Amino acid sequence: MSDYIITVENLTKRFGELVAVDNISFQVAPGEIFGFLGPNGAGKTTTINILCTLTKPSSGKALVNGFDVVHQQSQVRQSIGLVFQDPSLDERLNGLQNLYFHALVYNVPASVRRQRIEQVLKMIELWDKRNSVVQTYSGGMKRRLELARGLLHNPKVLFLDEPTLGLDPQTRNRLWEYILELRRREGTTIFLTTHYMDEAEKANRIAIMDYGKIVAMDTPERLKDIVSKDIVSVTTDDNDKAAEEIRHRYQIEVRHDHNELTFEVAKGEEFLPTFIKEFKTTILSVSLRHPSLDDVFLKLTGREIREEGVSDVFKAMIRQHGRRMRH
Amino acid sequence: MNNLRGVYTIWYRDMLRFGRDRVRLIGAVFMPLLFLFVFGSGLGAQMGMLRPGINFSQFLFPGIIGMTVLMNSFMSGVSVVWDREFGFLKEVLVAPINRASVAVGKTLGAATVAIIQGMIILLFAPLIGVSLSPGMVAMLLPSMFLLAIAMGSFGVLLATRIRTIEAFQAIMPMLTFPMIFLSGVFFSVEDVPLWMNILSKINPATYGVTIIRQIALGDMSGATFELSLFGHPMSLWNNVGILAAFGAVMILIAMRSFGSQE
Repeated sequence: MSDYIITVENLTKRFGELVAVDNISFQVAPGEIFGFLGPNGAGKTTTINILCTLTKPSSGKALVNGFDVVHQQSQVRQSIGLVFQDPSLDERLNGLQNLYFHALVYNVPASVRRQRIEQVLKMIELWDKRNSVVQTYSGGMKRRLELARGLLHNPKVLFLDEPTLGLDPQTRNRLWEYILELRRREGTTIFLTTHYMDEAEKANRIAIMDYGKIVAMDTPERLKDIVSKDIVSVTTDDNDKAAEEIRHRYQIEVRHDHNELTFEVAKGEEFLPTFIKEFKTTILSVSLRHPSLDDVFLKLTGREIREEGVSDVFKAMIRQHGRRMRH
Repeated sequence: MNNLRGVYTIWYRDMLRFGRDRVRLIGAVFMPLLFLFVFGSGLGAQMGMLRPGINFSQFLFPGIIGMTVLMNSFMSGVSVVWDREFGFLKEVLVAPINRASVAVGKTLGAATVAIIQGMIILLFAPLIGVSLSPGMVAMLLPSMFLLAIAMGSFGVLLATRIRTIEAFQAIMPMLTFPMIFLSGVFFSVEDVPLWMNILSKINPATYGVTIIRQIALGDMSGATFELSLFGHPMSLWNNVGILAAFGAVMILIAMRSFGSQE
């Protein structure tokens, strides 16, 4: 027996021509918070759907809690809890009834059913609203109820697919408090997908996904070591000239990003004062930051994580338009 | 055990929803009652006696019961489409219960709801001048149940094949209205042009409506409102056989179809 709670080997999923998940392998240890980070369409949700038996893999193997996701579906389903990207509550029933239905379906013993429902409802602070129809809940309350439902049957693994998508920052923070509290109290393994960087940083380990492949997998700290240097962003009155000057003077790569130039330097705090003093082109603004997972993703894939197809085209148009204006 | 639990929970959820929704219950029996009293009185006054001792209202009454049962069981079965739209179906599909048992539970839920609605219509029998003995009611209930199972599972089967609300809204009226109009609810399907007669015989609901009419009007021998198929006069049990066969096939395909969806 392996010591891992999730084992994935050479997993591939094709939808016709499209390869949504491309030969990925990884393991997750019990009690770990494991995050899938990547842009929309990277294959995160497809992987989750395979792991929770909703989609069949084209090839490869996946075990959850020691059970095969293709041949032991029922055991896999009993082992996992889920919070989907899209809501999946019965809005016509009240909170209590939604949980009661779940308890029945997951065979939570009658002797502990009431007590367990009360416990999870109190944990996410919806006990007072238990008799209200779910239709009347706010978006954040619905998410919390789904989280409570996912935990009700004491799953070994809790899957959270973009759990805080569309929630305001305050609600997101609260939801994360619940999730971390849960991990502390019950030792549940948490498998989440996200495209929020701050959320991914809460994970013990992260797999960065792009075009169906895992491009890097490690702890957030070590991933950030990939971008070992600090990041300086400047805007000047002539960016083209400034870029040339930086390249020439420091022998480093410069990126044009929107209206600013970014480049990496070691020990940014010490670099900046001399840079500002000696630079010939007029500097309009300058900023310094330490590397984030955003930068790691950029470094690994050459793209920003929030960039999507449409905005890419849009940016290209703006760039072209700007060039024409200059000439 | 696992399968029975699945059937029970899915059925139980339908009961919970039904219990919460008083408006739906009123809506479901209002239209049939409107048809019964307005058409029954309006058209009946011009028609006189259809058969010795049976006026149009009395003829219509069992038809309306059949209509209530078949329409509501079919609609409840198809309501799986809404569960898909609102995401709840996912919760059911990842649950550790057999998917075939979900189809059975849904069909039973649809049938239970439809029978309760049919029984409410049944309470109006004295107003129409239809006298029902306890023995007749005891036979009517299983007949209504059989019709409801057949139509409910047909609805569930359709729901596993219809993926979008738009398609659902386009298809539903095209199925329900012909099914009701060509089932002998409003007129005997033996006294109509041949093309309508043929369509009515293909319509499985016809056999359910006929069973209910034969029992409710004390016409068990089938002499007064008899169906004939390929020249063969259909007895009550012949009709039960056809409806049961259709229901069994529907529920088996629905179970398979529910199990294979992703």
